[in-house]
Amino acid sequence: MFKAASTRLLVAALLAAASLLHGPQAIAAESWTVAQLMQALGKHRSGQATFLERKYLAVLDQPVESSGELRFQAPDRLEKITLKPRPESLILEGNNLSVTRGKKQFNVRLSDYGEVAGFIDSIRATLAGDRDTLERTYALHLAGNAERWTLTLLPRDTRMAEVITRINIAGTRGLLREIEILQADGDRSVMDIVAMGQAR
Amino acid sequence: MTRRFVPALLLWLAFVAACVAVVSQTRFTADLSAFLPEAPTAEQRVLVEQLRDGMVSRLLLVGIEGSDAAQRARLSRDLAGKLRADAAFGMVANGEPVHRERDHALLFTHRYVLSPAVSAERFTTTGLRQAIAESVDLLASPLGMLTKTLLPRDPTGELLQLLERLDGGARPAMQEGVWASRDGRRALLLVQTRASGSDLDGQQAAIASLGNAFAGEASKLPSGADLKLLVSGAAVFAVDSRSTIEGEVTRLALVSTAIIVALLLFIYRSPTALVLGLLPVVSGALAGIVAVSLGFGVMHGVTLGFGTTLIGEAVDYAIYLFVQSGPAKGCDGRNAFWPTIRLGVMTSICGFGALMFSGFPGLAQLGLYSIAGLIVAALVTRYILPHLLPAGFAIRDVTPLGLRLQRLVVAAGRLRWFLAGLAALCGALVFAQHDRVWNHELGALSPVPPAAQAVDAALRSDLGAPDLRYMIVVHAADADTALQRAESVSAQLQALVDAGEIGGYESPSLYLPSQTRQLERRAALPDPRELRERLATATAGLPLPASRLAPFIDDISTARARAPLTRADLDGTSFAMAVDSLLLRQGERWTALLPLRAPAAGAHAKEINPAAVRRALQGAASASPMFIDMKGESGRLYAGYLREAITLSLAGVAAIVALLAIALRSPRRVMHVLLPLAAAVLTVVAGLVLAGVALTILHLVGLLLIVAVGSNYALFFDGRGGNDAPPPATLASMLFANLTTVAGFGVLAFSSVPVLQAIGGTVGPGALLALVFAAAFARTSSCPVPGIPAR
Repeated sequence: MFKAASTRLLVAALLAAASLLHGPQAIAAESWTVAQLMQALGKHRSGQATFLERKYLAVLDQPVESSGELRFQAPDRLEKITLKPRPESLILEGNNLSVTRGKKQFNVRLSDYGEVAGFIDSIRATLAGDRDTLERTYALHLAGNAERWTLTLLPRDTRMAEVITRINIAGTRGLLREIEILQADGDRSVMDIVAMGQAR
Repeated sequence: MTRRFVPALLLWLAFVAACVAVVSQTRFTADLSAFLPEAPTAEQRVLVEQLRDGMVSRLLLVGIEGSDAAQRARLSRDLAGKLRADAAFGMVANGEPVHRERDHALLFTHRYVLSPAVSAERFTTTGLRQAIAESVDLLASPLGMLTKTLLPRDPTGELLQLLERLDGGARPAMQEGVWASRDGRRALLLVQTRASGSDLDGQQAAIASLGNAFAGEASKLPSGADLKLLVSGAAVFAVDSRSTIEGEVTRLALVSTAIIVALLLFIYRSPTALVLGLLPVVSGALAGIVAVSLGFGVMHGVTLGFGTTLIGEAVDYAIYLFVQSGPAKGCDGRNAFWPTIRLGVMTSICGFGALMFSGFPGLAQLGLYSIAGLIVAALVTRYILPHLLPAGFAIRDVTPLGLRLQRLVVAAGRLRWFLAGLAALCGALVFAQHDRVWNHELGALSPVPPAAQAVDAALRSDLGAPDLRYMIVVHAADADTALQRAESVSAQLQALVDAGEIGGYESPSLYLPSQTRQLERRAALPDPRELRERLATATAGLPLPASRLAPFIDDISTARARAPLTRADLDGTSFAMAVDSLLLRQGERWTALLPLRAPAAGAHAKEINPAAVRRALQGAASASPMFIDMKGESGRLYAGYLREAITLSLAGVAAIVALLAIALRSPRRVMHVLLPLAAAVLTVVAGLVLAGVALTILHLVGLLLIVAVGSNYALFFDGRGGNDAPPPATLASMLFANLTTVAGFGVLAFSSVPVLQAIGGTVGPGALLALVFAAAFARTSSCPVPGIPAR
């Protein structure tokens, strides 16, 4: 079972395959609405999970795989600690994104990067159950039921749509299981998320 | 007129004509350089050059206040657009990514001569494999989003090497797509003027067009009237100071002239006497300007401001002449006061003479101006003026006033012990507070009002504008050598960055490597056939097959044929301005500046350890780098000034004492002359301390001038060493002379220019006190006033 909170994390490069089990055109089950989902997500104040991410890139013969841990702390702290293939830590807190890779550290203000900001912020907003923020950047489509739902995010901003076609987030109640990001150039990434321990 | 007089008159007329000729050719300046030192050390010279011409002097910090964030952002964009089209401005930054694409294109095109990672090893099979594997791994990271499309052309990740290096340093917050203050109440822009700090007219014009552009763009917005422009920066300070100083000098000269003329009319009751009395002043002022003009080449407005005090002092001689040689005195009296005046002029010269050795240009000019002015004024009074007096010339009889003054002197004498006690008390107070008496900040001399400094600090902090506290400077005879030296220093600095001792550094060689370095890197690139073979081996087992890397091979062969990057190639990118502000041509010499940034976090957060930097620089000793702590340097500079001013003042006092000892030939008489002066000085210092004023070197100079000017009064009271009180006419003339001096200096006390205010506020009250103390401490045993018992 995935602790939602734990899974709520994320970031720019997440992704996941599969999904599309429930297309955006699917009609949200009457018993599971976006409002309910957001409420369920918002209940988890913190969480920790492991992730396994695969990126399928046209330029490479094989997908690149990375794995590590995800941590979320409401309202706005998200950490993605990659252990393989190279240690890297990515910490998003408030408006600041800092990436540490080897001896190098990059500090970026999210708001300096319009498109990417909307993207990263939306993932965090999903984890936090912040519907207003999500709706500002994306059209939301929910399919499935409480036990097995898929939330599809379609960018509203055309510049962002030039980079990201669609984000599919799958989960069970207040927990995320998988995030798939489809990029406009055909590349995609799939991130499987497995919650660790119980968190609250 | 006597026959002997004719040559003197002709000489004087010729002198005045020559002076007028020189004055008409004199250059006057009102910029801040009067406040900057003739720097004695190489480090201080860099500091001063930076303040005058460096990038600091060209940066304008701009804030837009009022209305709402959207309107401010819109105006920020409109204004920036307008300024970018204006040739008066170089860089105009407001957070919009105007240069980003061209910057990246330039970096990408020239990546193989720019990237520090390029070396022969990197293009061996092993080196390539390692670099490519790293790039592939990077694709797993979010950063990979930036690099994946470039991978076939740049599989070794050189662009990322370059981007990494550019990142860093504090950047302003963003709001609505443009820079904003942290509290979100201002939009911010950073603008560089093309005119350097030494071209004040150019900067003034640029600031004016900034204001016009703002007004023009704001009026197009519905809420334009609510939006307010804030501009700060060294250029604004310099331009404002100049207009303040110009305005002040004119105003001060008019006011003190008006006061003195009114005073003289009141005393003389004769327009003829007034005109004649001003002759020595005008001659002296002309001589002073000529002396400064010939001695320094240029005259500071501040010197002219100080010079108004000369009016107050030089007019005294004529007063002594007219009053003390009136018809009532007969011919004997005419010459009786000359020895005293001569001694007074010489003590003043000793005081001002000390200033001539100051490293502070404003003071050195003041010294020369005053000495030349006083000598000429005294000579004109002595040798020209008496002959110009019309027959039967007389001013009103001041004897009744003099007699009243005599009674006052006697009354003051009874207060002697009270006044002595007061002076002693003041001395004790000054001694008790001696730690807090001096102001140790160079900024204390700055003519910039505190409110303007506060706005500047707020904008600067929000913009994260470089404070440029620490920098390394290298010099060379040509640009490329300067770049090479910057490169060898950079290598040492990079080690410090890796060790966490410093957060980062800037160098012109990061944007424009020396030709030598570029050719070295170019020579490290293998030819296409060789590269193709190495890639085949290097990519074995990697998910990126060599077959996808044809664009890489093409780019390498293009790079091998491309001419090295030059400064002209940088036009249109943000690197052009960076190189121009870091690589400077000064005459026949080129200077490269490498500012250091403190680490943002870690063991040495926000601090740079100068010792560590100096140690590291030993590794680049052949480039003869200079490590400069601008703040420390300006502190040392001021401390040097203060020490120098103390030394000079003491030397001036010593010279005055020696002069008095020789002239008076009596230690007791010397003491008698010096005591009232010391009392006046202590009382003035105590007054300033009580008023909460921290003393600067200008106050110190003022104290010296109290001694120089006040010695005249003490000498008159000393008389011929006997116990005679000065005759009534002498007393009256002293009062008049004192009033004109107090008026001359006192007017300066109301100036908004700190250096003028400091001198005026010290000498004005000091001169008055010197007279009072001299009167009170005078020996009045043969008091001519009945009813007062002899001592």
